[in-house]
Amino acid sequence: MKKYLIKKIFFIPLTFLGISFIIFFSINMLPTSILATGYASTDKELTKKDIEELIKKYDLDKGILKRYISWLSKTFCGDLGYSTSAKMSVTDAIKLYLPATCELALFSIIPIFLIGNFLGLKSAFKRNSYFDKIVKFLSTFFYSMPSFVIGIVILYVFYGIFGIFKPQRYSLETEILISSGNFTIYTGFMILDSIINLNLQVLFDSLMHLLGPSLAIFVGTSAIFIKITRSSALEELNKDYVRMLKAKGLDYNCIVSKHIRKNILIPQITIGGFQFIRLLSGVVIIETIFDWPGIGSWGVKSAWQLDIAGLMGFSLLISAFFLIGNLVIDILYVIVDPRIRYD
Amino acid sequence: MIDFLKKILSNRSSKFGFFIILLYVVLAIVAPFIALPYKEYDPYIVRQHGFEVEPKKPSLTYLFGTTQNQYDIFYAMIWGTRLAFKISISVVIISSIIGVVLGGISGYYGGFVDEILMRFTDVILSVPSLVLAMIIAVVLGPGIDNIIFAICCVWWPSYARMFRSEVLRIKNLNYVLYSKISGGNTFWIFKRHILPNSIYPVIIMASLDIANVVLLASSLSFLGIGSPQGYADWGQIIAMSRNWIMSSFSQPFSYAHTVIIPSSFIFFFVLGFNLVGESFRDIFDPKIK
Repeated sequence: MKKYLIKKIFFIPLTFLGISFIIFFSINMLPTSILATGYASTDKELTKKDIEELIKKYDLDKGILKRYISWLSKTFCGDLGYSTSAKMSVTDAIKLYLPATCELALFSIIPIFLIGNFLGLKSAFKRNSYFDKIVKFLSTFFYSMPSFVIGIVILYVFYGIFGIFKPQRYSLETEILISSGNFTIYTGFMILDSIINLNLQVLFDSLMHLLGPSLAIFVGTSAIFIKITRSSALEELNKDYVRMLKAKGLDYNCIVSKHIRKNILIPQITIGGFQFIRLLSGVVIIETIFDWPGIGSWGVKSAWQLDIAGLMGFSLLISAFFLIGNLVIDILYVIVDPRIRYD
Repeated sequence: MIDFLKKILSNRSSKFGFFIILLYVVLAIVAPFIALPYKEYDPYIVRQHGFEVEPKKPSLTYLFGTTQNQYDIFYAMIWGTRLAFKISISVVIISSIIGVVLGGISGYYGGFVDEILMRFTDVILSVPSLVLAMIIAVVLGPGIDNIIFAICCVWWPSYARMFRSEVLRIKNLNYVLYSKISGGNTFWIFKRHILPNSIYPVIIMASLDIANVVLLASSLSFLGIGSPQGYADWGQIIAMSRNWIMSSFSQPFSYAHTVIIPSSFIFFFVLGFNLVGESFRDIFDPKIK
């Protein structure tokens, strides 16, 4: 186990290096003058003469490997460059956008786990009942719906028709209130901050804005979570020990909470963990639809505007989430099921 | 194989799935007859009825109505079906060829080559496919061929890994070893023994992947990175409808068709493939039902 972990942890930086090279290589197919903007540190630098200087300074007219090494040494010093789409340095942009994405991800993953668990187990137990059929139909239905369709439909129904669940993170009044100085930002999580500040208006407002995108994420993601819970619970139910427990006279609740729930944790962690990483890496599409100022919409914006530094920073951050998340999932497997050993 | 198809068609939901897929195939084939090409040199450019900004409701002249800038939704949907098949089938074929070649080499020879290739696929698979495809598509600029290339770049590693594991399973079976001892050369063994016995999982995976490729491609166009402006692409038409979410309060449904029609087109496409895919899984893994 230890050996496996050490090997895994040793491989993460190597894989990360590979990822950074692949992303760097793909981006470097762009013309040199566009690339040079990625090396600027403020907006003011970007005159024609400055771009020529930047090209010289960072060897942009040299071979790809040399450029990569010069970029790498710059990155290792903590300088990720200046993001022209966010109008601030990449590190600042990440600091600004990451809490918004985390808030959205956490806010939507908890109901997915709770409700998905409940519905999946219930429909497995009442197999072929009407309840099961409805759950199965709905989960197939929403599973087949692309995330942008879900997002658009939810925005259309709740914002276009009913006028609630507005896009963006907070309304104009709240933004004015936040920037007025009477509101201190501690964590960047609007809900937590408003509770600390004891400000009900901000709390209500940010909740109303949070509900739309998290409903969209919930609908799309819980479908797959319900499916996996249901099918793995069904598999467990067919096993001999469950029959024994039933024969022993244990009731439904006891079998579920003491036995089934523990035994289906592995597939749930696989799917749930993967979905959570995906959420953290900015549900690019949902954030774009709801104008949510998170990592994902920043990434799309920097792709539109060919903001090289922003695009690099965004994709590296997401890949880092993927790598670390997968490691955490691997470790969780062992904690949940001691039979699993990586030898 | 025929047995297998019979098994699949015995299930009601997968029958429905097949029916949906068949409808889309027919729609893609007859596209030039039911929606006459607008621009002769490139039929995928959507017919435009004037240049007014506001969408028009469905009527007899415009069957599904028009969306922003008077793009005909009916035309866009019909040719969008064809475009979806064009993109997805080319991606699936190209990436399964790459996957079979690289996965085959890697699985058959093993050793250093295997290590390098598998680390390479590891690296690509640890970047979310939407993000990597987005970067490549942005760098290449808009265009159908560019989308196909960008998606292929992120799509082949999973095929390579799958085919490699199949090759690993088969290459040590007795008949392959016997053929080796009898003096068959590597290429012949590969073609004669390994390929026919390990290609089926790849074919099945590829045919079910068509919906996923369409999803990725239309997500790219939805984000404004995929097809050029005015192309018959489901994602792009849905992206246009984003501007018509808010309608006047007296008539809340006046622009509903711009959202509902393209959404349901893409939804049923994915649904068809998912229904068939589910029954595939049931057959392969009969424990779970």
